Amino acid sequence: MSYLDMDLLRFTTAGSVDDGKSTLIGRLLFDSKAIFEDQLEAVERASAKRGTGEVDLSLLTDGLRAEREQGITIDVAYRYFATPKRKFIIADTPGHIQYTRNMVTGASTANLAIILVDARKGIQEQTNRHAFIASLLGIPHIVFCVNKMDLVDYDEAVFERIKGELEDFSSKLDVQDVRYIPISALKGDMVVKRGANMDWYQGPTLMYLLENIHIAGDINHIDRRLPVQYVIRPQDDRWHDYRGYAGRIAGGVFRVGDEVQVLPSGFASRIKSIDTEKGPLQEAFAPMSVTLTLEDEIDISRGDMLVSPNNLPETTQDVEVMLCWFNERPLVPNGKYALKHTSRDARCMVKEVKYKMDINSLHKLEGDKAIGMNDIGRVSLRTTVPLSFDPYNRNRNTGSLILIDEGTNETVAAGMIV
Amino acid sequence: MHNYRLTHLKELESESIHILREVAAQFEHPALLFSGGKDSIVCFHLARKAFFPAKVPFPLVHIDTGHNFPETMRFRDALVQEHGVTLIVGSVQESIDQGKVQEETGYHASRNKLQTVTLLDTIETHKIDCAIGGGRRDEEKARAKERVFSHRDEFGQWDPKNQRPELWDLYNGRKRPGEHFRAFPISNWTEMDVWQYILHEDIAIPSIYFSHEREVFERDGVLYANSDFMRLKPEERPYMRRVRFRTIGDMSCTGAVDSPAATLEEIIEEVASSRVTERGSRIDDKRSEAAMEDRKKEGYF
Repeated sequence: MSYLDMDLLRFTTAGSVDDGKSTLIGRLLFDSKAIFEDQLEAVERASAKRGTGEVDLSLLTDGLRAEREQGITIDVAYRYFATPKRKFIIADTPGHIQYTRNMVTGASTANLAIILVDARKGIQEQTNRHAFIASLLGIPHIVFCVNKMDLVDYDEAVFERIKGELEDFSSKLDVQDVRYIPISALKGDMVVKRGANMDWYQGPTLMYLLENIHIAGDINHIDRRLPVQYVIRPQDDRWHDYRGYAGRIAGGVFRVGDEVQVLPSGFASRIKSIDTEKGPLQEAFAPMSVTLTLEDEIDISRGDMLVSPNNLPETTQDVEVMLCWFNERPLVPNGKYALKHTSRDARCMVKEVKYKMDINSLHKLEGDKAIGMNDIGRVSLRTTVPLSFDPYNRNRNTGSLILIDEGTNETVAAGMIV
Repeated sequence: MHNYRLTHLKELESESIHILREVAAQFEHPALLFSGGKDSIVCFHLARKAFFPAKVPFPLVHIDTGHNFPETMRFRDALVQEHGVTLIVGSVQESIDQGKVQEETGYHASRNKLQTVTLLDTIETHKIDCAIGGGRRDEEKARAKERVFSHRDEFGQWDPKNQRPELWDLYNGRKRPGEHFRAFPISNWTEMDVWQYILHEDIAIPSIYFSHEREVFERDGVLYANSDFMRLKPEERPYMRRVRFRTIGDMSCTGAVDSPAATLEEIIEEVASSRVTERGSRIDDKRSEAAMEDRKKEGYF
């Protein structure tokens, strides 16, 4: 396999401060040679200054001065490494501060979530929280790593007991693919190498799983959706009258000759060409960025969506979402916010808060409708213009939206359309 | 049944094109910061693809320290001519002449830090509301935390602790008058991705990325190109050596590396086996542990 055949896997790592997350990431990076000598020397120097005796790998990801000074991670950090099979992007999210906000952000684009469980402690409240957020954000693959197996004598019974508890909990979640691996991030067992301590475990190592898990099927190649991002009109004699509809395909496959319908106007046409700078294509699929031309001249602008006429998304001004709130200023009932959905800008009003989730117990708090920072709740929105969408669990691109405070311009919430 | 699968380079390309189109759609006067280095060249190449068959709908901005490699300047001018794009030059020398900044003195004098003032001036003069840059998150630890759409207040400052959450591919470019944005379309690319893409897409780059004979001198373990911009210490003796540059900044802050790599394939092989990051040859990053963060807060690239 060559570099030009590799695909891309994005994953998040969830865990608290002392469960070995940094050690695990450090090991993955070390063993794939993604840590360079100058980086390692810098971390060694900084660790020595703190006098902890050990090399603190979290210093690799904690890039901001305030983070190093306070010994905390403030924000999502992105790390990159590659093996001969795949390129990986890790969204490493901090354990404490702004937990929901950061994990939701990291999870929004992830194919896979690694959730660490301490073998000595078993399922903790936050394990449930991590798993719930991963499933809410539609991450298709969850890998529970039961870590620190070295501290429980690599005991199969411990792993099986925790695995059983995790299975019970996971059955309540909407996740397609859940895996369980016993590991020792510190000693390396079952991370990259199998090690000699857990012959009773027959499954793959974590690295084998990351390299081989099937992700091409996670993208929706059924529902044809192209949010129009930009209309290309060259002011040039050679391309007289050219109108290209540019966007990133959010679902399905588009072929030359296919019928398409424009939403919300409802006009129909056929695809005349799919153009790229390297020549025309016969077909294109999600998540490619493309430019289409149509047989007929129709009025289409940014925010419209091209879809298949026999497979329409829902188009309405009334939207139900699971909303994650990010801002210190709580959600204002009946408040108005700016909204971004695909390439569409709109405004919306919060019509009703249905309930708030207790993200540790997964109970619906029907009586508690105050949505503040890091809260998740089910909310009805009324939008100024119709949105064309699919439910989030069918399409993460056409089913997601963000809310923006019109006064401060801050992104205050993320919504998954129910 | 087809195999609808994108390679990772195609997926990165698609993400970057989407970002560039978002910039063009959300802002009135965007511009591409163009240093003549490989990352900004790749950004320009991606912009050509994003808007084909139309021309790239924004100008290039070069912040000219006056201490450039002549090869980079020739490359810049040829590219501008070939593709018929507008080039805006912000001159650090002019900022010095106008008294807005003071030239550093001594052996370690560099115009690197002065660029920030010229950059912010240029952004203001040309009413640029989004400056597109070739920064990558794998380059440096402060960059690893930066958003794709990165907000700057009316003083051009970055507030790393108070960044907007950025989810899915929904980019929030809303701002108040006087504020602006930086956008980083190749945030998720690594150095290796950039080189592989240059090879795969057959993108032209300045000759100094390839191995060549050059007059250099050593200082603090770094090989500098000898030029009129550098003040030699009495014991420093320039000599000819076979080198290339792994990154390109201005001549006062970019170190050369010993290398026989004369083709893209050889460069890729060298990068793959390298045990130090490309910023390892950048003296500007080494001034302190938070050198990049401090400069970025003030409005640096």
